[in-house]
Amino acid sequence: MNAHHMPPVATLELDSVGFIHRGHTLLKPTSLRLVGCQRTLIMGPNGAGKSLLMRLAHGLLTPTSGTVRWQGAQPAQAMVFQRPVLLRRSALDNLTYVLAINKAARPELKALPRKAQAMSALEKFGLAHLAKRPARVLSGGEQQRLALARAWLLNPQVLFLDEPTSALDPAAIKAVEDAVLEFHHSGTRIVMTTHDLHQARRLANDVLFLHNGELLEHTPANDFFTAPSSSEAGAFIRGELVW
Amino acid sequence: MLTSDNAFSTALTLILSMDSALIDIVMLSLQVSLMAVMIASLIALPLGAALALWRFPGRNVVIVALNALMGLPPVVAGLCVYLLLSRAGPLGEWGLLFTPTAMVIAQVILVLPIIAALTRQQVEALHGEYAEQLNSLGLTRLRMIPTLLWDARFGLLTVILAGFGRASAEVGAVMIVGGNIDGVTRVMTTSIVLETSKGNLPMALGLGIILLALVTMINAIAHMIGETAKRRLG
Repeated sequence: MNAHHMPPVATLELDSVGFIHRGHTLLKPTSLRLVGCQRTLIMGPNGAGKSLLMRLAHGLLTPTSGTVRWQGAQPAQAMVFQRPVLLRRSALDNLTYVLAINKAARPELKALPRKAQAMSALEKFGLAHLAKRPARVLSGGEQQRLALARAWLLNPQVLFLDEPTSALDPAAIKAVEDAVLEFHHSGTRIVMTTHDLHQARRLANDVLFLHNGELLEHTPANDFFTAPSSSEAGAFIRGELVW
Repeated sequence: MLTSDNAFSTALTLILSMDSALIDIVMLSLQVSLMAVMIASLIALPLGAALALWRFPGRNVVIVALNALMGLPPVVAGLCVYLLLSRAGPLGEWGLLFTPTAMVIAQVILVLPIIAALTRQQVEALHGEYAEQLNSLGLTRLRMIPTLLWDARFGLLTVILAGFGRASAEVGAVMIVGGNIDGVTRVMTTSIVLETSKGNLPMALGLGIILLALVTMINAIAHMIGETAKRRLG
């Protein structure tokens, strides 16, 4: 069911966006356009500026130069972090919390009371039996699924994920990747960082490759993995460290 | 001759006889200090949280001032309130001097900086952890305050207890603004001062033991609540 009821995803435009912190250039002026409902993977070695670029795009950080803008109305966004930040409350209360602060709800759940909406999200992500548990005592994989359930309730048009699986075991990684695909099927654009090549091959429609704070490529996934245009990306794919 | 034996037996006799004057003193002590801590908390918790979240010129001055006020001598606080409330003072018409209300006001002034300064620290630490997530959810700083206060609740319980400890232990402020009037503004600490100066040391020590027992009990209850909740919520 591709989301014909969802409005088309707004285009994100970065125009010469740069970020300098205490005299260090962490991101060189970068221009790019993210168009349509794609799954974009941001790749690159540690310290390349992947998380930074994502935070600038999401609006958590303000660029020191250039502009970040959405064509048309700013879409509903959500972000899932490497280490999920959950409130010191039960799993269920973590979800009713975002429903209370956010007016928007998923259209298919709109008619339900908040608690029922939250329960349906818990069920969707396989967490219903943990509803009453304090979120902080859940396992790493369960916590990340709870963070995804929270994002699900926000009904985002764009979902940012920052290395969401880097601390998880294979089964939990699979659950997160399935969730990412589920978001995408329901009409949510995906922007995700990872340093895991296999994961990128499984999920990417297109790839942004960063190296030393510089955007070297923005390529469709097939091209990127078979014939990357930059030598750094080639070395990265072959598993040779690039610094 | 004073021995700890007769101090304890005096204390015990006082408690067991349910002496009505003593009960009045104990109840007034609790009322004044608990009321002061409640009012101070209502102001200081949001104030401390706001101070943790907002950056403004002079913020460091405010923080240093609050930290310094944690050590405000009770007699100085008492004196200031005395000057405010005395007949010739700006609030003299209210006729509050030598009433329990005046004692509450003085203790609020003593307790408020403690709760505000420690709340600021706790909330700032928690905000460091939550900031990105809460920003991502689009929360305003104003809306973050209740979230952070609630999620810091276990630590803040200890903060409020520290405030209560200060209020229940101090004698200088309530002595000056309350006047230690028998049956009206006499509390445990002022009674202890009075009995000591009269040479009635067993009585003074007995009151001291009761005060200590009460404070211990309140702390124990708070500790148990905190531990139970922590175990359940992780």
